[in-house]
Amino acid sequence: MNPFDPVLPMNPMNYVVLASILFSIGAAAVLLRRNAIIAFMGVELMLNASNLVFVAFSRSLNQVTGQVFAFLVMVVAAAEVVVGLAIIVAVFRSRQSISLDEPAEMKG
Amino acid sequence: MPEWVLFWTVGPIMVAASLTLLFARKAVHVAAGIVVVMVGLAAFYIQMEAPFLGLVQIIVYTGAVMMLFLFVLMLVGVDQRESLKETISAQRWIAFFGAAGFATLVSTTVLRVTIPHGSLTATNNAGNPNVVANEIFSNFVLVMEILGLLLITAAVGAIVLTQVPKLAPPRTQRVRSEERVKHHLNPVNKPMPGVYARHNALDIPALGPDGKAIESSVSRVLKARHQAKDGTQWRAGIEDKEAGDA
Amino acid sequence: MLSITWLAIAAPLASAALLLIGGRWLDRWGHWLGVVASGATVVFGIGAFVGLLSRAAGDRAVETRLFEWIPGSTLHVDASLLLDPLSVSFLLLVGVVGTLIHVYSVAYMADDPRRRTFFAYLNLFVAAMLLLVLANSYLLLFVGWEGVGLSSYLLIGFWNHKPEFASAANKAFVVNRVGDVGFIIALGLMFSRLGAVDFTGVFAAAPTASTGVLTAIGLMLLLAACGKSAQFPLQSWLGDAMAGPTPVSALIHAATMVTAGVYLVVRSAPIYAGAPTALLVVAIVGAITLLFGAIVGMAKDDIKKVLAASTISQIGYMMLAAGLGPVGYAFAIFHLITHGFFKAGLFLGAGSVMHGMDDQVDMRRFGGLSTLMRITWVTMGLGWLAILGVPPFSGFWSKDRIIEAAFVGEGIKPWLLGGVALVGAGLTAYYMSRLFFMTFHGRQRWTEGQHPHEAPALMTVPMVLLAVGSAAAGLALAAGNSFTTWLEPVTGARIEDSPVLPTPLIMTLTLTLVALGIGAAYVQYVSRPVPVKAPVASIATIAARKDLFQDVVNAAVFQYPGQYITRMLVFVDATAVDGAVNGVGAGTARLGEFIRRFQSGRVRSYAAVMLIGVLIVAVLVVKGGA
Repeated sequence: MNPFDPVLPMNPMNYVVLASILFSIGAAAVLLRRNAIIAFMGVELMLNASNLVFVAFSRSLNQVTGQVFAFLVMVVAAAEVVVGLAIIVAVFRSRQSISLDEPAEMKG
Repeated sequence: MPEWVLFWTVGPIMVAASLTLLFARKAVHVAAGIVVVMVGLAAFYIQMEAPFLGLVQIIVYTGAVMMLFLFVLMLVGVDQRESLKETISAQRWIAFFGAAGFATLVSTTVLRVTIPHGSLTATNNAGNPNVVANEIFSNFVLVMEILGLLLITAAVGAIVLTQVPKLAPPRTQRVRSEERVKHHLNPVNKPMPGVYARHNALDIPALGPDGKAIESSVSRVLKARHQAKDGTQWRAGIEDKEAGDA
Repeated sequence: MLSITWLAIAAPLASAALLLIGGRWLDRWGHWLGVVASGATVVFGIGAFVGLLSRAAGDRAVETRLFEWIPGSTLHVDASLLLDPLSVSFLLLVGVVGTLIHVYSVAYMADDPRRRTFFAYLNLFVAAMLLLVLANSYLLLFVGWEGVGLSSYLLIGFWNHKPEFASAANKAFVVNRVGDVGFIIALGLMFSRLGAVDFTGVFAAAPTASTGVLTAIGLMLLLAACGKSAQFPLQSWLGDAMAGPTPVSALIHAATMVTAGVYLVVRSAPIYAGAPTALLVVAIVGAITLLFGAIVGMAKDDIKKVLAASTISQIGYMMLAAGLGPVGYAFAIFHLITHGFFKAGLFLGAGSVMHGMDDQVDMRRFGGLSTLMRITWVTMGLGWLAILGVPPFSGFWSKDRIIEAAFVGEGIKPWLLGGVALVGAGLTAYYMSRLFFMTFHGRQRWTEGQHPHEAPALMTVPMVLLAVGSAAAGLALAAGNSFTTWLEPVTGARIEDSPVLPTPLIMTLTLTLVALGIGAAYVQYVSRPVPVKAPVASIATIAARKDLFQDVVNAAVFQYPGQYITRMLVFVDATAVDGAVNGVGAGTARLGEFIRRFQSGRVRSYAAVMLIGVLIVAVLVVKGGA
């Protein structure tokens, strides 16, 4: 038994609520920020929020499957960050700017 | 410590830190805020009896991924200030209502349900990394292999994407030296600090055999930036015998 | 022998195709091929005639199936030929007269570089006309009907380098088309109400059909006949059709094509038997046309136009006879046969005169040709006497019978119709004598440098043969009522009704009027000098010279309103229909332009849309699960 077991038990759903708040902030950041790197950080925040949900449910259901999934998500997120930042660097090289508003070649 | 103490302390800090994502002007501030969020998440993971995951979160996510972000930030201009003025009409409203709506929807739906207070103490009997490793290598082997493939692809992709195609053959040392001779420039290296020098920093001029400073040894960029020093205190102190005699 | 009669159609058709496709290397002998093909029809005609004669009188309707044409379920039509006395009579008429005119054309068109094409068209005409008369169903008849219309158009406008000749061909075709509408409506009525389009089926269903349907069909067929036979009110094209070469006028617009209308009416006797009103209308139309043609013919100076007016009038006689019902059917056909001979002979003679006078057609420029063109004078003289109805020439036997039959009936009808027929006979005598005297007698009123000469043998021989027919055919056919008896299986048994005036009285009246007509023409055109320029005359004469204002009436009643309607429809089509169609396209383009504005090219707008989508999906999931 964990000596720090709660005197007042906490609703495990709180983690999920926190995760949803973090997720929505990340989504808002993707929509609102013009700097590409900051928008990308919003995406990372969303991924982390979903990781939190996985781990919360894994503890709640007494399984490690959720943790495994969270781990795999981290791997994928890392790979994604690598490629995404490489793209940003390449775009910066040709345009000298990382604003998300400038590339509008798909217009029309 | 009861769990709720940790939650209600770290939770609001995380939310506040994540708000820099929306409101900070400098990108580096945003990166710092995200780091705080990630560390907080690691704390939660450890609290929820997933210590392996929590440590991986710090090492991989905070330590590698966020550092990667900061490197790229340095590359593309770290002191860009972003104006927070919105150019697309209604974007703010859509973002606000979309995000807030989503959060409200999920929260209210989820709070109607109760999930059991589980505990992973029994499962973690053999140690959390062991259990996780057993799970991966028995049920998720194929996924793991494919993810390995993914990582390799990502790495190769990053190299390919950032390759700059060479447009001309590289300027070797020989080529540069030939050009210097052609343009009547000084063909030799820049002057070394010299036998009598007492300092070899970039911004202290080198000393010639007569103890005098050689001006061309300091980069003109430093001079233009007024960062060059005259270095008199490190002169060699050679006396001019002929000048000393009457 | 009877089963190969279809070759009578195939031979000229194949010859026409060969002559058209053959090319210029056929120019040297192509016309003889055309003559031979036409002659083949005579051979087959005689063969069919002999074949029918060898059968018993009641067994003389032979149907030869050629092939299955429309293999439908409700409308099943076979292409078959019907050989019975009526169709074989026409077969012989078309064959004989046609071949003689083919021979004539060899010489008449000798100087024309397109002579081969001319013979191709003539053969095409013969094939179509034979298909018309030999068909066993109204549908196949209509194919032939259209074919002769096409050939007529091609032949009238043969010299189409002259714009007025080309428009004459157009006029003929358009007026014919009006009649064809009647035919098509009749076909439709036959199919929908009587359930068949072949003769056997229609005539079997006719006795049980309602009078209204039969009257409608009868009137529509009459409209078609008026178009093809140039009867009132569709008579305006025949005068202008004289723009074609004279052999064309002789063959098509005298002897054969214009008689197709009469053939149609006589063939449809069972239909008219159930629709006495329609029959009366046929008779009235015939009577009106009879007078119309005679009046116009009295004032024209162009020899061919007089003959054209005469054709209109004589076919009016035939229509009048056909409109009298079973009393007059046989006489209508009899007059048709004799008319074929003498009118073709008259036209060929006119062509010979024109040939000798350097293509002059104005009769005021003829005169005194009797001594210089003897053969033409004699043959045309025989034709003149025949058309007048002077005994013992052929016209007497046929026309007199018609006048007698016109006097049969009750009430005012026989008096009116008979009276008109009598008056018409007198007028015919007058204007035909006028033509004869102005051309051959009196002083020579030629233009400078004219050397009238007789036509070459290839032209005179057919004329002579036709003159023999004009003279003797009537007597030969009327002897012992052989011709009418021969036609009985088709036209019904002869009805011996007595006319309201005794027959000898009618004959005397007729001959008196004829003599008066000849006398009047003699006085005016032989005794007195003929002015070279047409003199100013009474209003009646001016009206007659202008074809009784037929063109003015046609223009006012049909042409201008029709063109107005056409222009309006074009306008409606361009604005409404095209507007609607183009509007759909333009509307789609505008819709596309509208939707295009959503593609701003900005990533953040797309992200915003995605977020909204996610939100909607989340709501749906929650709602669905809850």
